[in-house]
Amino acid sequence: MTTSTVLLALAVFGACAVESVEALTLVLAAGSTRGWRSAYEGAASAVVILAVLVLAVGVPLVHYVPIDVIRVVIGGLLLILGLGWLRKAILRASGHVALHDEDAIYARTVAELNSHPLREQKRDGIGFVVAFKGVLLEGLEIVLIVLSLGVSSHHLGLAALMAAAAAVIVIAVGALVARQLSEVPENSLKFVVGIMLSSFGVFWVGEGVGLSWPGNDLAILACIGGFLVLSYGLVRWLRSFVEKRTGVDTLAAEQ
Amino acid sequence: MNAITKALRTFGLFWWNFLVGDTPEIFVATLVIIGGALALKHDRSAGLVYIVVLTALTLSATVYRGRKRLS
Repeated sequence: MTTSTVLLALAVFGACAVESVEALTLVLAAGSTRGWRSAYEGAASAVVILAVLVLAVGVPLVHYVPIDVIRVVIGGLLLILGLGWLRKAILRASGHVALHDEDAIYARTVAELNSHPLREQKRDGIGFVVAFKGVLLEGLEIVLIVLSLGVSSHHLGLAALMAAAAAVIVIAVGALVARQLSEVPENSLKFVVGIMLSSFGVFWVGEGVGLSWPGNDLAILACIGGFLVLSYGLVRWLRSFVEKRTGVDTLAAEQ
Repeated sequence: MNAITKALRTFGLFWWNFLVGDTPEIFVATLVIIGGALALKHDRSAGLVYIVVLTALTLSATVYRGRKRLS
């Protein structure tokens, strides 16, 4: 197993774990307020659509589109996704944006769902739609990550497997700890995965246009190291603005 | 609005939010990175340095813009 395969597996797993947590929060909110049957059916319908999408788009991509074209396009998509996640994670870590709080999102969704009267019937349309939309929208990002990393490295099966494993683990943890999804270190995960997606993006854009990286796959590790140092520097820099405003040394306060 | 139009609109909106959203600078910078890399594909060192430097600048700029917007 090469370095890039291991990194690919870790990146897909981490990214899918983050998205699965967000989807599960909505399914739990829908299930506990509108009935579990509708929530399960909504989530299951979305999963079926997503699986069909991976097969319908992924398989033809692998067979009919030149690999260099795929790598450039996918490198671009990964850059957009990875830099976006990293930006959010840096702003959160530096105290400019509130940390992502699944408990707050859960409470908000439950309050919203409770404002609609519940009719006495087996299936509840609102619960179904909330669970369906939650899983479909978060799942679409998972599909994009699976297709991007899987197709460009010829490991679509492995990428899909890692995504499924992440989803199963998150669901199992969610079922066991019931609604304690805030315990999942989502902000840190987003930081790490943002760095990995951006690194793959940089790597595939270069490879796709025909610029081979020194050290081949090892260049991804160098990119990860570079992004880590840059992100740490940016967090420290942004924290200095917060410290100037509040007069509190944020690093000392954390310790 | 019929169901097909609505579905197409939702699909388009998803891609718009995914690619552009509230960080259009990342989308534009990515296009510039790819375009520049294609232009420099015959000069390996310059091409690779260009990709790395521009990506680092993009991250720094988008984070700075985020801070400015939030403060």
